[in-house]
Amino acid sequence: MNSLIGLSNTMLTIAFIFYCVATILFFVAVTGKSFRNRTPEEQGRRGRFAYAAAVIGFLAHAVFIGIRWYVGGHIPTSNMFEFMQFLGFAMTLAFLGIYLIYRIPLIGAFVMPFSVLIVSYAAVFPREITPLIPALQSYWLQIHVTTAALGEGAFAVGFAGGLMYLLRTLDPNEKSKSASWLEFVMWVICTLVAFIVLVFSFQLAGYQATFKAPFQMSTGQVVDSQVKYHMPAIVGPKGGTLETTDKMKPWFEAPGFMKGNQAARKFNTLIWSVAGGTLLYGAARLALRRRISGVVGRWVQDLEPDLVDEISYRAIAIGFPIFTLGALIFAMIWAHEAWGRFWGWDPKEVWALITWLFYSAYLHLRLSRGWQGKRSAWMAVIGFIIVMFNLVFVNLVISGLHSYA
Amino acid sequence: MLDNVKCECGHSNPVGTMLCESCGAPLASEVAGKKVDMRYEGAARRSQTYHKTIVDRIWNFFSSVRNAVIMIVLTLIASAIGTVFPQERYIPVPKPAEQYYPEAYGTLGLIYYRLGFHNLYSSWWFIALMLGIGISLVVCSLDRVVPLYRALKTQRVKRDKRFLQIQKVSVELNAEGKEVEQLTASLEEALKKKRYHVRREENALLGEKGRFSRWGPYINHIGLIIFLIGCLMRLIPGFYLDQYVWVREGQTVPVPETNYYVKNEQFIKEYYQDDEFPEKLDVNGVIVKEYKTKAVLYENENAEIPGSEPKLKQVAKHDIEVNHPLKYEGLLLYQAGEQENQLQALNLNLVDTATKEPLGSVKLDLLSPPKEIKVNDNVKVQVLQYFPDFALDDMKQPITKSTEPNNPAFIVNTISPKTPNGEKQWIFLGDTLTADGKDPKVTYAFAKPDLVDMSGLMVRKDASLPIIFFGAGVSMLGLVMGFYWQHRRIWFQVEEEKLLVAAHTNKNWFGIKNEVVKILEANGYHISAAQLEKEAKQS
Repeated sequence: MNSLIGLSNTMLTIAFIFYCVATILFFVAVTGKSFRNRTPEEQGRRGRFAYAAAVIGFLAHAVFIGIRWYVGGHIPTSNMFEFMQFLGFAMTLAFLGIYLIYRIPLIGAFVMPFSVLIVSYAAVFPREITPLIPALQSYWLQIHVTTAALGEGAFAVGFAGGLMYLLRTLDPNEKSKSASWLEFVMWVICTLVAFIVLVFSFQLAGYQATFKAPFQMSTGQVVDSQVKYHMPAIVGPKGGTLETTDKMKPWFEAPGFMKGNQAARKFNTLIWSVAGGTLLYGAARLALRRRISGVVGRWVQDLEPDLVDEISYRAIAIGFPIFTLGALIFAMIWAHEAWGRFWGWDPKEVWALITWLFYSAYLHLRLSRGWQGKRSAWMAVIGFIIVMFNLVFVNLVISGLHSYA
Repeated sequence: MLDNVKCECGHSNPVGTMLCESCGAPLASEVAGKKVDMRYEGAARRSQTYHKTIVDRIWNFFSSVRNAVIMIVLTLIASAIGTVFPQERYIPVPKPAEQYYPEAYGTLGLIYYRLGFHNLYSSWWFIALMLGIGISLVVCSLDRVVPLYRALKTQRVKRDKRFLQIQKVSVELNAEGKEVEQLTASLEEALKKKRYHVRREENALLGEKGRFSRWGPYINHIGLIIFLIGCLMRLIPGFYLDQYVWVREGQTVPVPETNYYVKNEQFIKEYYQDDEFPEKLDVNGVIVKEYKTKAVLYENENAEIPGSEPKLKQVAKHDIEVNHPLKYEGLLLYQAGEQENQLQALNLNLVDTATKEPLGSVKLDLLSPPKEIKVNDNVKVQVLQYFPDFALDDMKQPITKSTEPNNPAFIVNTISPKTPNGEKQWIFLGDTLTADGKDPKVTYAFAKPDLVDMSGLMVRKDASLPIIFFGAGVSMLGLVMGFYWQHRRIWFQVEEEKLLVAAHTNKNWFGIKNEVVKILEANGYHISAAQLEKEAKQS
């Protein structure tokens, strides 16, 4: 068993490496000094190499899922690590499909980095195979979660397309609101990268500091709880005492309105990520001496904006029915089987509905009111931010029936 | 009533038509010379034509996609607000809402509660928003689908030249010296190869495919309306049952609001063991593997006869687990809760206080207490009074707070050789007290009580469920039709030594342009997809 688990983890590492390779190859295919002189055929050939790398990564990823399914006895979509890696898998699948229609290497240069990011984000969470609680013991786990993730993977491609459109059409010297917001999106991506890098660095260094802090349970009782920090504590738990010696003392305590015994630790991680992201962003700005969106925007100048607009829309149009089926209809059937009601206004359910309403607003505005181009692209970007909000924030912060991680 | 508008081609169009239904010639002056809005084929829509009466205004309000989107966005924002703090039904502690919200979330919690956001999803305004969207679904669809259907049905193959020129994909190619008949036939062949349904009228061709996908959005909307109607039907009495019942092991209790009884034969709670995991985890006996109630469902055959004793007939036997409810004729019983080690009976040993001689033992069942227990030939115990949930009222009189045995108390009368006239005693949990306050002649010593598990079963009946899921299915069908197929039309018209080409699709311009390019290529015209669009498109 353990050797199989080891093998599956190796497969995930291989997948991860190939996703990285594909990202680099896609970049090479579309950028570089000689890019402008390159014929579309040559670009296509280089794109095919990159595509092959993505396919190999995808296959290794599939093997990982297969082995883990076999060993664990259930599909690996039952906790945060498993779900996030599956989302990375779904995003790659959606991209592989869309690429076959349009064959534009640049899509890969934009989607594959996000697959890499999502898979590395997954690795932040505990990786053990955990048993299924009774509520999850149903074949709907496979059907509902995979379908929903697939729809979200397509939305991710729509997001990448929207981002490309905005970068393509943005005037680098423009000082508009839209340009500032786009730069803000770049900063958010930097923060996400910083978060992942920081978590891994401290994990590698084996950093751990333990606090003892009073924690008020939902029954009103106050108990002493242990809070383990894996990053130096800038902010400590309220009323907490550091139990580990020679570790950094917190600079200040978490404010009282933050609930839950892990709130301070999460807040600490957030501070680290924001600081790290800002540093990363600032360094990049200094090195490039201009807006990041302006630099990235130059890579996409050869694209036909209309085509990018259509790719983004197409991905969302493909994803929308899948998302409806997986995240709402299958979800309702399962909720009926498991909880005796098909809809209960649980936060996760509500946010799935919000996502659905948002994308239906997108579709109506686009199809009926002619919202194309910039406005449509912004909506594609915001839509995927809502998806991620539901997956990350609602799971980790708002408590509800779906808080499995 | 206004007269219909007659086009140059002779076709009579309803008032408000932008493009002639038959030949496509622009009818309204503002259309001529511009890129055309082809979304509804330029057909006359009621909402765009009539603005006079109140009915018109209401119709126009709900037929506006802009208003529909505003309602969608408002619903979206409201839904998000509802997740800021838990809704009342998800409050973790049994406290009244007005107390819980300010205590747990401070001033913000109080504001949240005062604004009624703790029950946001059942508030009148939220339901009104949903209803508004529902009405909008009906009106928007009717306002568009009828004219669209008419327009697509009456469309002619040969179009006015101006119609072709104002299409998004439109180009004029030189056809000098080409054999008209041969060119047309060859184009027809090429269209058919691309699986277009082709119609011909003189030297004009219309290739069309995937028209059914135009009905996708409307089918989707019909599905959503059925879904919403299904949800509303639950408000009809008898359509929806939402109850909860606690059953102890060995107990048979009536299922509320039904003629059924349910028996809990055994409740099982199992934990995962360490050796069940592929990896070493320290969770031995921490994570629950299974909650299971071995249940039997009975029907009361005397339910119709008032005042009669229930006559039970077994109708179903099922192990109720999470994800595996008991289903019987629309009744659903779900595993929903558990309380382990509930007191079932007190076991007491009777001892002669003076001689320490054991006199026997009694079992006092807390749910169906005995009236009299014959311990042996010489000793018997009478149960005079029973208080399942003992307390003292304001007058210091003993009462029971509920029928649940939370704090059981008995008054018993012991008749034995030492107490031939009886000895009255109180029996509490772990304590006894004689009625006259003296030391008892017969002592009751507590032995280990009987404990059982109690299983919480959720009781549901939902007659609207088939309608709700049927609606969801219809909606899904519409989505697939509308999004995975596209309605494509290509026009070829040979006129005055020129080949007029135009194309229209509701989605995926990339695809249709590639098809036009390929068809033209097969007929000797080499043109790129970019050249198919003469000027900047409409924004």
